[in-house]
Order: sequence, then structure tokens, then C-alpha cells
Amino acid sequence: MSGPSVLAAALQDVLIEPAPGFEVPSIDWAGIAPNLILMLGSILLLTVVSVLKRRVPSWFAPVWTISAAVAAGCAVVPLWQRFADTGPETLVGGAVGLDGFSLFATVVVCIAVVFVALLLADYLPRESLESPEWYVLVLLSASGAVTMASADDLIVLFVGLEILSVAAYVMTAMHRRRVTSQEAGLKYFVLGAFSSAFLLYGIALTYGATGSTNLAEIQAFLAGDVVTQNALLLGGLAFMLVGLGFKVGAVPFHSWAPDVYQGAPTPISGYMAGAVKLGAFAALLRVFVVAFGPAYRQEWQPLVAVLAVLSLVVGAFAAISQTNVKRMLAYSSINHAGFILLGVLAASAAGTESALFYLLAYTFMAAGSFAVVTVVGRTGEHRQSLEDYRGLASVRPGLALVFTVLLLSQAGVPLTVGFLAKLYVVTAAVESGFDWVAVVAMLTAVVSAFMYLRIVATMYFADAPEGAPALRIPAATGVALGLSVVGVLLLGIVPGPVSDWANEAVAQLVVAAP
Amino acid sequence: MFTFGDSWYLVLAAIIFAIGAVGLIVRRNPLVMFMCVELMLNAVNLTFVAFGNLLGDVGGQTVVFFVLVVAAAEVVVGLAIIVAIMRRRAEANADDVSLLRG
Repeated sequence: MSGPSVLAAALQDVLIEPAPGFEVPSIDWAGIAPNLILMLGSILLLTVVSVLKRRVPSWFAPVWTISAAVAAGCAVVPLWQRFADTGPETLVGGAVGLDGFSLFATVVVCIAVVFVALLLADYLPRESLESPEWYVLVLLSASGAVTMASADDLIVLFVGLEILSVAAYVMTAMHRRRVTSQEAGLKYFVLGAFSSAFLLYGIALTYGATGSTNLAEIQAFLAGDVVTQNALLLGGLAFMLVGLGFKVGAVPFHSWAPDVYQGAPTPISGYMAGAVKLGAFAALLRVFVVAFGPAYRQEWQPLVAVLAVLSLVVGAFAAISQTNVKRMLAYSSINHAGFILLGVLAASAAGTESALFYLLAYTFMAAGSFAVVTVVGRTGEHRQSLEDYRGLASVRPGLALVFTVLLLSQAGVPLTVGFLAKLYVVTAAVESGFDWVAVVAMLTAVVSAFMYLRIVATMYFADAPEGAPALRIPAATGVALGLSVVGVLLLGIVPGPVSDWANEAVAQLVVAAP
Repeated sequence: MFTFGDSWYLVLAAIIFAIGAVGLIVRRNPLVMFMCVELMLNAVNLTFVAFGNLLGDVGGQTVVFFVLVVAAAEVVVGLAIIVAIMRRRAEANADDVSLLRG
């Protein structure tokens, strides 16, 4: 036995004295290391800055956050090796899954954390909001997203969702001087809590129908027995779909998304588009495709198809009529959610891989796009309308070029990652026989391309307004913009290694050893 | 599997859940809306306990502890957001916060 595990066993003996007849599951600390690093990083950061108060230099919290995210990303490497050697496992008494899916999702979350920390490092001093709580909440919500993506039990999934969401509610409302931020926080909170209750009721009904909240046991139950409480189970499925549909921002449960994306501090909007969406989609994939996929595909696929089509159409058409760029990006994120739902709809290994790849691509595109909106918005974030982007190319050619690349990628132009991401999900949907949904997706891609090109045209072909305050691109934001463009182009031109990796990242359920 | 007496708890829970859901949609005062969310979560708790009892499984009852903690955390955050808004305006009403639209 290695050193850490001996220590862990000793700790467990001291701390937890089991009640008679109650077996404490053994906890594989190494297996949940990435999540632990994020969670402990958050708690340690909170402790350190509370004890040292003003003596902590302002660079400390962002550097700490990025280090924690990188460390968590590095901790995935040995676990991936372990997964490649021994196959998928389930840890902590069947509650947490260790498979390619959860590891891939963990890496994407870590990337989103690095981006948001870089943006916040410049944004917070600009808005005079500097406080380390932002970074604490970012790490905490990242840990929630990882928990969701690796949950093998519906209750673990619910707790992960709440860790993610509650931190996101606070971050949304935390711009104290902008009333829109607080309004967005209140809306997000009320509707988020509403959707959580639906998800939880769905879990309760599923528990009643199958006798377990463990995904592997549910899968085995559905495969083996004739379900006697069919209405109960279908009700549970529907309620869970409503709850998770809210979180991913799928139409008709999208009403919160444009307001929240517009009102939230811009770096946080980018983070929500990346990590929060990833957590919700990971849950959707794990529950619907993996646990309910084999036996109950026929029941939920029509519902998801409706959600996908509505999200695609409403997201594309509503974005066109907007004049606020941040709101346009919010509607475009609904359109992207529709595309990712195609991957869910496929209910196949190819669908899961393509959805994961899309989420990775969208994390880069969203982080970069919202970084541009952060910069152009200037202090107080008053300059978000399309008018404020007039002539950006003559004032800041580099920034305009970066935004153009990111928007073209979102539109799905070849040689960018957006094209491949769209190609993969559409292919997966066609392979599973949803040709008509794929056709709708392609048509809406054309519609939203019009919206993206409208922004590009405004930047390049309109005259810059006189007397606009100077645009400053701070160092860390510049790094984030550079990283996002490099990511978008690199993944678009040589997707091989990453898409191969995504191909192995299929969620599998393992029944816990008794 | 289900006897008439036991399923009454499930029906009650469903009714409470519906009251909470409808209340959240029709009421405009954020505090009342929070109460409606609590109503929904506790209806779920009742459902879990009832199913746990029916299935003879202790799991359904342990879930309640998790839900209670989550509900408490949610209320803390929600009240903090309301207080932040109330500092700006005298009365908190969901219709007053309507700058974001389009």
C-alpha cells in the first residue's frame, strides 16, 4: 500500500466510526483527485485570503486559480492512463464514475476556469470589484461541474448541479453597481431553483419506479425487468428532461438565458456558456444516453428532437433581431445548445463524442467572444450595442481580426473548429436516422451565419464614431484572446489528436462491487 | 406493490409540488416565490420518504438530508440577492426588475 492510501485509511478510521451494520464505502482518493484539487483549491483560497486579508497581493487569487485548474488538468493524465489500462471504474461505493467521459469533461472545465480567471484578473480591477471571492466561486462551481460529469448516482448529480448553480447565481449577481447584474442574478436564481425542483422530482419518480438512484442499477433494472410502474418512470424522465433542459438553455426553457447572459458580468457569461453548459450536457448524456439509452431511447428521443429543433430555430432567428452584441451571443448560445442536443439525440457513442467535442470547441469560442465583449464594453460595460462595434477594425485591427475568427468559427466556416464540431454532431444525428433534424440544423446555421457576418461587417465597413473613449486590451485578456484563437484554429486544422481522444471518451456504467 | 393507503402520501406530495409550481408562476413577490420553491423541494422530500418506505429502502430517506442542505444553501443565496436589490429600491417586486428584455 502506498503512503497516501495508508494515510487515507488511517484518517477514515479516526474520522468515521460506522454505525453497527453500516458499511462505509472505501474512498479512492487518487481516483477523484481532479475534483478534490478544484474543491480544496477553492476552500484553501478562501481560508488564506480570509486570514491574510489585505496582505494578499492582487495577483495571488488569479494565479492560484489558474494553478489549481492546471493541476487538476494534469491530475487527469495518470487517471487517463489508469482508465486506458483497466477500463472504466466506479468509485466511492458506486457514486462517482471514472471513465473517459468524465476525464474529458474535467479537462474542458479546467480550460474554462483558466479562461475566466485570465479575464477576471483584468475585469475586476477595471470595475473596482476586486475581491478573491470571485475566484473561490469559480473553482467551487468548476468542482460542481466535474461532479456532475462524473456522477454515477442521481443524487450525486443533483448535488453537483447545485454546487455549480448556486456559485453561478452568486457570480451573476456580484457586480454590485450594475442593477442589471442583480436583476439577472434574481431571474437566474428563481428559474434555476424552479428547474432544480423539477429535476429533483424527476429523480424521486425514477427512484420510485426503479428502486434506486444509482445509474448502473437503473440501467440494469431497465434492461432486465419489465417495468411495472411505467407511468411513474415516464413522468420521472419528463421531469428530469425539463430540469436539465432549463440548465442547458434549450427552448422552450430558455427564457432566462438571454437576460442572464446579458446582465451577468461578461467574463462570467463566457464561463456560463462554457462550464455551466458542459455540466448540464454531461448530466444529460450520462442519464439519458447511458442509463436510459438502451431501454428507453424510443421514449425520450422525440422529446429531445423537439427541444433541439426549437432551440436551433429560436436561437438563430431571435439572434438576428437583436441590437445588443452580448444578447446576440446569448441567443447564439441557444442555437449552439440545439446543435449539441443533436449529439444527445443520436443516443450513440458517436453522438456522445461529437457532443463532447462541440462542448470543447464552444468553450474556446465563447471564452474568446465574451472576452472581446468585455474589452469593447469598457468600464461599466455600457458599450455593448452593435453601434459600439462600428469601425472597430480601423481602431483596433487585431481585436477585430480575433473577433472575426471567433465569429466565423461559431458560424461553422471550414478550417475553424466550429465547422468540425457542427459536422460531427450532424453526422452523428444522421447516422441515428434523424435526417430531418440535421437538415433543420444546417438551415439554422445559415441563418445564424447572417447574424455573425452582420457583426463582422459592422466592424469592417462602418466608420468609427467620433469621440469614443480609447480601447485598452490588458495583458491577461490579451493572453486569453490569443489562447482562444489558437485553440479555435489549431483544433480546426489538426483536430486529429483531440477528436481521437474524444472518441475514447464514452461514458460507461460499471456496477459497484458489493 | 402499492396499497391505497401508502400512495396517498405520493398524491399529497404531488399536490404540494403543483401548488409550489403554480405559486411560483403566479406570485410576483420574490420572497413568496422562494417559499414556493421550498414547497416544491419539500414535496420532493415527501415523495422520497414515501417511496423509501414503500420500497423498504433506507436510501430514499437519506436523500432528504442532501435536499435539506441544498435548500438551505439556496435560500441563503436567494435572500442575499434580494437584500442587494432592496438596498437600491424600497420594495422588491419581480415586476420592478425588468431592465433586461428584448
